[in-house]
Amino acid sequence: MIVYLGRRLIQAALILFGVSIITFALLYLLPADPVRQIAGRSATAETVENIRRQLGLDQPFLVQYWRYVLKLMSGDLGRSYIQRSEVTELIMSRLPASLLLMVGAIICEVSIGLTMGLIAAMRRGTVTDRALMVSSFVGVSAPQFVVGLLLLYVFAVRLGWLPIGGYGTWQHLVLPSLTLGILGAGWYSRMMRSSMIDVLTQDYIRTAHAKGLAGRVVLLRHALPNAILPVIAMIGIDIGLFMSGIVVVESVFGWPGIGQLAWQAIQRVDVPIIMGVTLVSACAIVLGNLIADIVAPFIDPRIRLK
Amino acid sequence: MSTAADAGQSGFDRDKAGAGAPVLAVTDLGVSVRGEDGERPVVENLSFTLRRGETLCIAGESGSGKSMTALAIMGLLPRPAALLSSGSIRLNEVELSQLPESRMRQIRGDRIAMIFQEPMTSLNPVLSIGRQLIEAIETHTSMSRSQARARALAALQGVRISDAERRLRQFPHEMSGGMRQRVMIAMALALQPDVLIADEPTTALDVTVQGEVLELLRDLQRDQGTAIILITHDMGVVAEMADRVIVMRRGSMVEEGPVTRIFDAPQAPYTQELLASVPRLGGGAGRQATRAPEAVEPASAVAEIRDLHVRFDLHGGFFGRVDRRVHAVEGISFSIPPNQTLALVGESGCGKSTTARAIAGLLPYSGEIVIGGRNLAALDRSERKAVRRDVQMIFQDPHASLDPRMRVGDIVAEPLVVHAMGSRKDQAEHVAWLFERVGLPPDAVARYPHEFSGGQRQRISIARALALRPRLIIADEAVSALDVSVRARVLELLRELQRDFAVSYLFISHDMAVVENISDRVAVMYLGQIVETGTRDQVFANPRHPYTRRLIEAVPVPDPARRRPHFARLDREIPSPVRRADDPPPRLLLRDVGDGHLVAA
Repeated sequence: MIVYLGRRLIQAALILFGVSIITFALLYLLPADPVRQIAGRSATAETVENIRRQLGLDQPFLVQYWRYVLKLMSGDLGRSYIQRSEVTELIMSRLPASLLLMVGAIICEVSIGLTMGLIAAMRRGTVTDRALMVSSFVGVSAPQFVVGLLLLYVFAVRLGWLPIGGYGTWQHLVLPSLTLGILGAGWYSRMMRSSMIDVLTQDYIRTAHAKGLAGRVVLLRHALPNAILPVIAMIGIDIGLFMSGIVVVESVFGWPGIGQLAWQAIQRVDVPIIMGVTLVSACAIVLGNLIADIVAPFIDPRIRLK
Repeated sequence: MSTAADAGQSGFDRDKAGAGAPVLAVTDLGVSVRGEDGERPVVENLSFTLRRGETLCIAGESGSGKSMTALAIMGLLPRPAALLSSGSIRLNEVELSQLPESRMRQIRGDRIAMIFQEPMTSLNPVLSIGRQLIEAIETHTSMSRSQARARALAALQGVRISDAERRLRQFPHEMSGGMRQRVMIAMALALQPDVLIADEPTTALDVTVQGEVLELLRDLQRDQGTAIILITHDMGVVAEMADRVIVMRRGSMVEEGPVTRIFDAPQAPYTQELLASVPRLGGGAGRQATRAPEAVEPASAVAEIRDLHVRFDLHGGFFGRVDRRVHAVEGISFSIPPNQTLALVGESGCGKSTTARAIAGLLPYSGEIVIGGRNLAALDRSERKAVRRDVQMIFQDPHASLDPRMRVGDIVAEPLVVHAMGSRKDQAEHVAWLFERVGLPPDAVARYPHEFSGGQRQRISIARALALRPRLIIADEAVSALDVSVRARVLELLRELQRDFAVSYLFISHDMAVVENISDRVAVMYLGQIVETGTRDQVFANPRHPYTRRLIEAVPVPDPARRRPHFARLDREIPSPVRRADDPPPRLLLRDVGDGHLVAA
């Protein structure tokens, strides 16, 4: 297990290195000039050059990247160009809100998706099945900002059950989590349905029935753990999807997380923040996959590590 | 109980003794399957009575309705596709066919238990053996967890599983197929049911393991007096096990009677045909006549294999270095003369299929493979492709080895296209000729694989293999998945093609009777090495290696008069071919015991 974790950590470091160099290169090649953004439209050419030199942006690409990596090694993500504070602090102050949103979204998608998939598989071929699959299709294909606005309109504006936006209580969490989770729920319900249908035709399910077990026991004890395995691997990948989703969802709901931070930074070409958020996202994705890989053996003894 | 025990010792005349009171009476049973074209009967007018301590074999080929009968008795027909259309099933005065599911559930697993064909997939992979056993016991009794556990432990010991305490904590994937089938039996018999239905319980097992499982069933029946319904396609198993036999065909009973009468004086033509097509050691219809071993120079051999090794590296440790290897094939040598059949026999995992795939060029290997005098390793790509034409393969599963989206004519023509042989028109003519040659109607070329039966599909595979006029055809368990009567005809076709085209076969099989039937030479493999090789007559008439002897002894004999009280027992599980990287297996040395009959010392 320790060997395995060690290997995974080395892999993670390599992935982060790759992500950092690609993002850095992309930002470098971007036609938008961060210095112009900082200096403002009326600045003289001299001021612009001064700022450029101060930030070290006049150096060649490799030198800039090398400096960045050196600082990164000591946990320093640099200073924001615009906000004049440490990127690390900015991200740390907003990370909890995003993590909370992510947990909420995972709970939403897993509970909604798995339940829908399970019911659809059990009622296969019926109207219930078809209705569930159509709605999952809608969930998968609807853009998140549309879903978000729709939920806002119905539950916050018309019904007034939940707050329109902001952060603080559990009521604030419900709509953003739902918005973020509905996409995944759509995927999960489809995966769960096909996985469950497959498992229900397996020989060991017939064995379980032949023992005289009640249908409910067969379903929950024998079928579910087998059917859920492919879905677990998906949750790890999903964290990556969330990272792109939170940029939209946090903007719609005014949620003070790193998505919003990134959104503001992108508009103003605030390179250090964009880099920081990207790296944190990459970390989250790697971590998510690692957790999925660690959890899976607890359900499936066949992949238990020696 | 005592009558059953006495009868058990005296062998197969239990039926005359009238074993015991009837436990299960099936009257006028009918099962239908709903398809697109309405309801179709799969079982019709089936009636029989099962007595305590009796073994009733339901024999028949695929599609005879034998498994549907079993599922109907269990109340496990796959709904809504299949349903009980008529008849009554009475278990000790309880009518099962009308029973609500909640009551049926109490009977299932308690009074009637069932074991299935596929031990590898019949146990839930994510639950421990103990959990699955205990669960069955707890469902039907009011025992506490610890009592149930003790009962489960006793049941495992009852099926002769060593170290039962530890096995309870293991998971299915940690056990071999034979072990898992024993666990299934333990699970089925833990509650001492009145009736045990065993649906092809040994079909998926190696022949030596099959013997053990059959003997176990016999012993448990003697001790517990369970009535057994044994469903099988294997007349050898029927002869070993049955008191009474029902022969089924296309959903109907063709013949019923005591086992000795069915075998000695079969009445129905179908039964006679079925028994005639069963391959038997040292006889049987269409057996290959012994051919004089031609003195073959190595140069003239179709295939010459020297010191073939196939090893698979397993990676482990921090840097993923090779720390263990699977020694699938370890230094085997043989040669296949023109127009002859070499059979490679052995049990699962012995390396016979790996050998085949290496010769067909599908696996990296070390050693020498010489096809038609040309060493594969020394050739460049295009030359190797040309040599490939000389070696073709037929696979085991006729359902999986043909692309379902291609017309069968295109499947057979594909090798011609790949090797750019002839014009479109020539190819089409050649395919039509091949179809005729393997006994398929000419209009079959435009159809798709799913429209054919298993036997026909195997004929298509043979036509595909023949398309390039190869010198060697590797038949990897090519008839194992077929029904006996179909199998006999496919074997006949193979022999006929050999006569007409002078093709050699490397015939890979686990079935000793089939091998004895078709081969000229035999090589017995065990753990990646050849332990005995010689002419068919040398190996079968005078087996010298203990493993060969055990393989031959374990084959069930389709003759109830030669039923044996004990099967050859495996003294231990076959060891694993996985070894540490620095620990290659010891090399077996073959000794000539006369006339080229080689035996491992």
